[in-house]
Amino acid sequence: MKLKGKAWKFGDDVNTDEIIPARYLNTSDPAELAKHTMEDADPDFMKKISTGDIIVAGKNFGCGSSREHAPIAIKAAKLSCVIADSFARIFYRNSINIGLPIVESREAARETGEGDVIEVDLEKGEILNVTKGKTYRAKPFPPFMQDLIAKGGLMNKVKSELRK
Amino acid sequence: MGMTITEKILAAHCGRDRVEPGDLIEAAVDLVLGNDITAPIAIKEFEELGIDRVFDLEKIALIPDHFTPNKDIKSAEQVKMLRDFSKKYGIVHFYDVGRVGVEHALLPELGLVRPGMLIIGADSHTCTYGALGAFSTGVGSTDMAAAMATGRTWFKVPESMKFVFSGKLAPYVSGKDLILHTIGDIGVDGALYRAMEFTGTAIADLSVEGRLTMANMAIEAGGKNGIFMADGKAEEYVKSRSDCAYTVHASDAGARYAEVREYDAFGIEPLVAYPHLPENTKPARESGVKIDQVVIGSCTNGRIEDLRVAAGVLRGRKVHRDVRLIVIPATQAIYAQAMKEGLFEVFLEAEGIVSAPTCGPCLGGHMGILAEGEKCVATTNRNFVGRMGHPKSEVYLANPAVAAASAVLGRIAHPDELR
Ligand code: SF4
Repeated sequence: MKLKGKAWKFGDDVNTDEIIPARYLNTSDPAELAKHTMEDADPDFMKKISTGDIIVAGKNFGCGSSREHAPIAIKAAKLSCVIADSFARIFYRNSINIGLPIVESREAARETGEGDVIEVDLEKGEILNVTKGKTYRAKPFPPFMQDLIAKGGLMNKVKSELRK
Repeated sequence: MGMTITEKILAAHCGRDRVEPGDLIEAAVDLVLGNDITAPIAIKEFEELGIDRVFDLEKIALIPDHFTPNKDIKSAEQVKMLRDFSKKYGIVHFYDVGRVGVEHALLPELGLVRPGMLIIGADSHTCTYGALGAFSTGVGSTDMAAAMATGRTWFKVPESMKFVFSGKLAPYVSGKDLILHTIGDIGVDGALYRAMEFTGTAIADLSVEGRLTMANMAIEAGGKNGIFMADGKAEEYVKSRSDCAYTVHASDAGARYAEVREYDAFGIEPLVAYPHLPENTKPARESGVKIDQVVIGSCTNGRIEDLRVAAGVLRGRKVHRDVRLIVIPATQAIYAQAMKEGLFEVFLEAEGIVSAPTCGPCLGGHMGILAEGEKCVATTNRNFVGRMGHPKSEVYLANPAVAAASAVLGRIAHPDELR
């Protein structure tokens, strides 16, 4: 799968309260949550983005609470992917489980500028900065997770196992 | 090669003699937790599986604590999902208003947490239970749904980091300060993907409550879990609440650690974590920041010991006229105990208020939201942007003694200043 979009840059340690503030967690409706994506990091974020855009951030992206609402909001906001230097553990797990593409690459995270056009090839694990004409290799997923992604997330895997 | 407590518990739950850091394992879980924010998503996913039973009626805990007593219609609907699901499947450990408390204070108190258990919860502070020698970690709602169906979950075995606290604690220094000191030292991703094991003479002196506070904040350093060996104090705590058998694991002498850090507890002062990260620690004594609100409560510091400490500082004093003090006992039992001991009189005479058990303001939910520009000292665990209200409000994390002294003085202060 190839993803393409404009980069929106964020710093280190972006936490789940910034991605989707707790004041909106009295619902779990993806469309409702999407309206407030990244609101406390950038109040105008949802007005600025277009479908397929990509979040590019520093280290420890998604730290803080275990709320799956964070990757759900990003996905429902029709962002195509998150590239970061590193991800917080539960956010990483949740993204894989629900099928939000996430990519770890220190170089890409550092060298991408706001507004750069980025192309991500998930199978090859390649990130192309179209604007700068530079290619980066993403850290590959372990085989177990590749299997999870291929099966369409954790619940689909459980479904197929329960049927056995 | 020896193993750590964390490795031993994980090995025991995937039917192996040993595991190594980096191994991907599928493990049986002893308890699966969800709350009114995370469980609704898990319930929807579970229902889509089309099965008619959960893996074990006694090994699932559904705790509506975040927006309860229901703060609005939407939260009422969320809690109703938990209530209906519990009835439909016969979930034993569902606790409603009047019985409920903040999840991570409630489960240990009910005796549902025992040494050697493997616990996952759709809440990041599930790491709290490591204080009793259990492996416990936060996961997402989908993980919770899968575990409710299968009783199993996957893990990557973490490397362990060891933190040794030697010496004794100075007056007014608590578990909160030890963990803030640790996070201040290693940073908010200093233990990313790792187990944090705490040991040393100062830890042995610490109460079970103090250890629960420390393990609670392991996630604030990025840790997968925090863990303590269950000693006599921990066993006594567990035995007084549960008749179930349990297994105490200890790390082997030759266990491998990615890193060992040693601290002299006596050199640690009451600390405050400045906005907007728990790693921004400074001595309370040097702060002096003017404040508008103080919150004493949460899964970090809303236990009876915390309320006693706060009342000790507040007794015979009044809260500063520019400050609102909100005290929130973490569970119904703590509430009752505090009332019996006369602590409520102290809080009320000081002109603070006492709330029913709830997460409430800790996550900016209800019961004490901050306006733009306001500053709050809280005994909670996170001071992220907008955590307790307006994105331009500020949260300062501290222990209950510092919080109480700051409430009296109207600025962040060391309790010594009141003497
Ligand atoms: S008290 Fe705060 S940190 Fe603890 S479970 Fe509730 S919201 Fe989370």
